[in-house]
Amino acid sequence: MMNILGKRYVFFGISFLLIIPGLVLIVLNGLPLSIDFLGGSLVELEFNSQRTPSISEIQSLYESIGINDAQVQTSNEKEKEILFIKSSSLEQNQYTSIVSHLKEHYDEHIVERRFNTVGPSISESVTQRALLAILVSSIAVVLYITFSFRRVDHAFRYGVCAVIAMIHDILIVISLGAIGSQVFGWQMDSLFLTALLTVIGFSTQDKIVVFDRIRENTSLLRKISFEQLVNHSIIQSLQRSINTQLMTVEFLLLSLALFGGETLREMCIILLIGLLSGTYSSIFIAAPILVVWENKEWENWFRNPHNSKA
Amino acid sequence: MHNKWLYRFFLLTIICVVLLIVFPGFDDLKSELFKRKFEPVLGLDLRGGMQIVLQAPEGYAIDQETLKVASMILENRSNALGVSEVNFQVAGDNYIVGEFPGLENVNEVIDVIKQTGMLEFVDLGDDYLLPGTIIHTDYGITLDSHESEIMPTPIPLTIGQPDIDVDKSSTGKTYHTVITGADLDSVSIAPPQNPSEGYIVLFRLKPEGTKLFADHTKNNTGKILAIVLDKEVISAPVISQPIENGEGAISGSGENAFTLENANNLRVTLFYGTLPVALEIAESRVVGPSLGQDSLEKSLLAGLIGFSIVCLFMAIYYRAPGVVAIISIMFFTLINYAIYLLIPITLTLPGIAGFLLGIGSALDANILQFERIKEELRRGRSVGQAIDLGWRRAWPSIRDSNLATIITSAILFWFGSTFGATIVKGFALTLALGVSVSLISALFITRGILNSLIPLLKDRDKTKWFGI
Repeated sequence: MMNILGKRYVFFGISFLLIIPGLVLIVLNGLPLSIDFLGGSLVELEFNSQRTPSISEIQSLYESIGINDAQVQTSNEKEKEILFIKSSSLEQNQYTSIVSHLKEHYDEHIVERRFNTVGPSISESVTQRALLAILVSSIAVVLYITFSFRRVDHAFRYGVCAVIAMIHDILIVISLGAIGSQVFGWQMDSLFLTALLTVIGFSTQDKIVVFDRIRENTSLLRKISFEQLVNHSIIQSLQRSINTQLMTVEFLLLSLALFGGETLREMCIILLIGLLSGTYSSIFIAAPILVVWENKEWENWFRNPHNSKA
Repeated sequence: MHNKWLYRFFLLTIICVVLLIVFPGFDDLKSELFKRKFEPVLGLDLRGGMQIVLQAPEGYAIDQETLKVASMILENRSNALGVSEVNFQVAGDNYIVGEFPGLENVNEVIDVIKQTGMLEFVDLGDDYLLPGTIIHTDYGITLDSHESEIMPTPIPLTIGQPDIDVDKSSTGKTYHTVITGADLDSVSIAPPQNPSEGYIVLFRLKPEGTKLFADHTKNNTGKILAIVLDKEVISAPVISQPIENGEGAISGSGENAFTLENANNLRVTLFYGTLPVALEIAESRVVGPSLGQDSLEKSLLAGLIGFSIVCLFMAIYYRAPGVVAIISIMFFTLINYAIYLLIPITLTLPGIAGFLLGIGSALDANILQFERIKEELRRGRSVGQAIDLGWRRAWPSIRDSNLATIITSAILFWFGSTFGATIVKGFALTLALGVSVSLISALFITRGILNSLIPLLKDRDKTKWFGI
């Protein structure tokens, strides 16, 4: 039989390798938060003609109305050129004057795709409450799992391990977001938050399915060690994990990412990887940590590394 | 299912109701049964439009009742201005979220409707103040915060008249308010008396106000009585004679003369009452309709492609149960959609994400059962036993995992509704619904159909039917 748990430290290592680059980027550049969390204005304009203003032209246009922190990004969609301009809060009349200036000098048929302004007080409360919501749901998950696994020894551990693995998935998604912001200019906006919440929801659900098999086997297989029991349970639920995850959910998302609207693409890619991480962490993080906890392996971590790999 | 017929009847009723709601037609029957029509409500991100979040100024405590009154007044005012389908909702402790579907540039409208609309008749004694002057009065505490908002910004009316700017800044003096807009009985507009003047806003006072007004004008003939809106002087006429019938007119003069639009805006503002609190725009979002339309069509198509692939996989891998699962998922989708129409739930992109996650858990519930059925079949059980045992083994994990998701989405829903995060709220709502319906569809539809198929699936054919 496959021995997944025997290689548990390898899997922990892989996860660290996946998470760390993103975290390094965050430490260096900060989180690529959008105006939804920082406050400010976002203007998205679509130019159809050849005459598209350069980044410095846009910036000096903003400076002429007294805004010095405009950041401009461009992207191409077929014939069209899309400009994303992020700045501190714009008044409606400032926005109107910018657009009419651009229409006059560059392109009469600019499509005004988006103009969002978020005030500083509201953005602050979004961030705070998002963190609060995640914290409260983590506690609720721990309590719920502890309750529904009350017939198993150390039910509390299952809840904690589910939450550790959930944090793993959050870190994977945030790290992905940071890398995405470097490579594709992604921003962590409210859709990113939605994706993150989806990953959290799915992650817990998946952990419980795997833990349920352990719960069931605890009463069936009393003679083998806990490590073997967990390994056995993982193998048994492996087919279900692959089918639910790879064959169905990921296909849906892949199709949405490939053929869906532009607005959804970023979100679908994040979900694709986030949900994959949710399944991965049930098998390779949450269940193995249960075993690490059962064996109290941390007592050996710093003594003699060669023995702990056994 | 102890009673097969009861179960079948139950299932059939649900199917009929769902089909009736989801599919167009039978309008007479629908209006007979439900008293309304069913049409999908699309969110702003799908159909384009504008969303604003209004808040009371920083540090100003208000209660829910005040917010409700304010959002009602805002809605009445917008409707009176001819903006259709606008929707204002109280969100959390001090936000009001307004949604203007299909409109992209509603700032003019918002500027009008978010005016506090506090009309005062103020006794200026012998001080003549120019229109546009900001004054202190002895009425109303609510406007203290509003005033501080207005003060630093230049008053638009003074542009081009630098020589009188000094007079228009706030005077230190506090004047007495005789009556307020609360005493207004009716408001109407009248066309200009002669071409050089602007439109006039006519008003009639309630009996009590009429008396106060009559007394004041009798005792103060020759003095100035200013008409003040949101602490800004609109006009400052001299009382030439006592006004006893409680009727009067507000007019601007010269450059400040009312256009038809100005006059109508003022009428609407005054007629629907004073906002109980001053409001600021905390957030505004515009989604172009082209973007929304593009997303919706493409995403629906993409979802359909993805779903077809999933169906193909289920049918090939799980054979007979796989086909049952496809039927079950289709019903799951229809039931969800029927609930969206019934409540009704506004469909947004995050809402669709929540729904997709719901499909995920509905699929998972099926797959969990089928894997267990296969396990039991491999152990040599008969088809009937395997279906029964498979269900019993899978049920705890389906129940616990889905309940955990429902708990999470309840928390997210609370988080979404305590402030203007409609995105999170929409997601949490469709997710909770999707997961609940997936429990029901696993419990009744998949299991029910599988059970009724048992007599058809012969044990010797199990390789063929179950793909093992």
